[in-house]
Amino acid sequence: MIRSATLICGFLVSPVWAGEIWVTNEKDDTVSIISTETLEVIQTYPTGERPRGITFSKDYSVVYICASDSDAVQVMDPNTGEILHDLPSGEDPEQFVLHPNDRHLYIANEDDAITTVVDTETRRVIAQIDVGVEPEGMAVSPDGKIAITTSETTNMAHWIDTETQELFANTLVDSRPRHAEFVAEGTQLWVSSEIGGTITIFDVADQSEIGKIDFEVQGVHPDRVQPVGFEFTADEKTAFVALGPSNHVAVVNAETFEVEDYILVGRRVWHMDFNGDKTQLFTTNGVSGDVTVIDVASRTAVKTIKVGRFPWGAAYRPTE
Amino acid sequence: MGRNLLIATVLGLCVGSTAQADVALNIGYLSVFEPQPPTLSNLDPEPADIGLAGALTGLDDNATTGRFLGHTYTLTDVSLQEGDDPLAAATDLLAETRFLIVDAPAETLLAIADLAQAQDALLFNAVAGDVDLRRDGCRANVLHTVPSDAMRTDALAQIFVKRRWDDLVMITGTHPQDVAYADAMRASLTKFGLALSAEKTWAFDADMRRAAAQEVPLFTQELGDYDVLVVADELHDFGRYVLYNTWQARPVAGSEGLTAVTWSPVIEQWGAAQLQSRFEEAHARDMTSQDYAAWAAMRTLGEAVTRTNAADVQTLRDYILSDDFELAGFKGRPLTYRDWNGQLRQPIAIAHPRALVAQAPLEGFLHQTNELDTLGLDRPESNCEAFE
Repeated sequence: MIRSATLICGFLVSPVWAGEIWVTNEKDDTVSIISTETLEVIQTYPTGERPRGITFSKDYSVVYICASDSDAVQVMDPNTGEILHDLPSGEDPEQFVLHPNDRHLYIANEDDAITTVVDTETRRVIAQIDVGVEPEGMAVSPDGKIAITTSETTNMAHWIDTETQELFANTLVDSRPRHAEFVAEGTQLWVSSEIGGTITIFDVADQSEIGKIDFEVQGVHPDRVQPVGFEFTADEKTAFVALGPSNHVAVVNAETFEVEDYILVGRRVWHMDFNGDKTQLFTTNGVSGDVTVIDVASRTAVKTIKVGRFPWGAAYRPTE
Repeated sequence: MGRNLLIATVLGLCVGSTAQADVALNIGYLSVFEPQPPTLSNLDPEPADIGLAGALTGLDDNATTGRFLGHTYTLTDVSLQEGDDPLAAATDLLAETRFLIVDAPAETLLAIADLAQAQDALLFNAVAGDVDLRRDGCRANVLHTVPSDAMRTDALAQIFVKRRWDDLVMITGTHPQDVAYADAMRASLTKFGLALSAEKTWAFDADMRRAAAQEVPLFTQELGDYDVLVVADELHDFGRYVLYNTWQARPVAGSEGLTAVTWSPVIEQWGAAQLQSRFEEAHARDMTSQDYAAWAAMRTLGEAVTRTNAADVQTLRDYILSDDFELAGFKGRPLTYRDWNGQLRQPIAIAHPRALVAQAPLEGFLHQTNELDTLGLDRPESNCEAFE
């Protein structure tokens, strides 16, 4: 196994910036906080029921956590772990994205086929938008004009005009879209399809499809290669894609859309985030209950860190 | 005969630049009355809307997707009572729609499929597990969303092999469904290199609810020692009284105990918790295998309409049987149809009433094209010619 082999190497790049990776543990109702310097869990805080999506405010003064089974988005003080208050979120919030205005949270309500928009300052719902069945993936364009919800059973990316809070386009993708990201200064939208086994790339200008990425992991049946979360390196030239139950992360050339590498990680790899200078990538591995640390430059797994049961989301915050 | 036209409860709002030409699909749901023999226990009455409830949840899922594309879906539900003629009802329904989901035993299903009016229709078998319907008895106009009995018994045989439970015995009931299940089980055991070391037929007429504790130990003593006792009791008549009353302290599998099922309320992985809660909210009960099979039929049509923007039998059938089709069925991998007999390929849950134990195909059971084809009739095993 790569994990034990790399432990012997003891190869760790010391990060330029000190920081933490916050991981939600879906079946423990906790967040685990990993130091990006020591690569150890330094703190565990209790949350509401079934925490999944996690994101920080722009100044990192608060952390938002989707407590799905508590039907709330919790606002936590990251310095103390204290829950400051809950935001109204609609039922079963699974994943969300914070608008560049640092105020509006776009929340996917998985059980209700709705995207809820909440103002984090007034703590009020400002819009609810009907989308497809089981909304999950959420993204917002860098200029803040477009928000995206992907719906798992309807198999669409829904394009929301953030001025009017209304849909202006719906585009079909392969089965069970899970995650969406804007790239190339907001000119491209990438959407992963878990059961379809693909990532579809759209031209944001006219919502046309400009590319599709397939994955092929040696020794794993194509049905088990299921892309979920993905993130881009600082130069946006490379994407790292979690491939779910195939237990691998794919390394994709974001210019040619070709897969360059596969990295073995923990079981049912789901989401991920980078450390501050994006030299390390932390993936949540749901079934094995751990986080794999990947060295971005060498594209190797360097450490496995035990967290809670079914780690789901990951988010970085600097501490200095 | 009860008859309803049901329209999904979704606002007819049509938004966005991708709205395509309007397509409307009406789907018939035909539930044929089938008298059930009495069983010893009255604990589990069958829900009146079994199957139909799954079709309705599928209809809602389709409609939510359809509103973004200008596609509308309706369902005409026909439930027959005792004495109603299923062929006359099917003929009437086929005059309204070319798409039927059928809840009927195998012989009635075949009679409907062979109606002149059904020749250019598409039927979904959501109930009958008879292996023959996927073999000699196959029809080009019938697809099967319910797994064959062989798929379910193959799933159990795989876990027997995996656990090295290779000394097996079986008790079989006397109903035709029990005998069919036992036949499928024997074939599965042979397929996976296992065999039964003893068999008995359950032909008691005592009320086992009172006498199980006395009768079952003696009845099972004659089976000698073994690893697992298989019970073929598809009507759930006596099997429940066998557990914990056997002479040997051994697990029970088959129709009771460790079961291989299409669907179970204990499935929560692969996003299934969402389907379960959506179903429970709408119908105030757990989702059963029969509900799942009807849901899958409805969603198959929805997925085909979404991707082809068409509502005619030829286009939809061609698409459903093509390599492009895939259904996300909350079982962890895409579901597709076998193009040699119209069977929906799907993982089979191996579960007890409180938890999922495993999901077949189990790791290590390999296949040259698709591991899901280690379950049920593979291409060389099916002599179906209707799909050629």
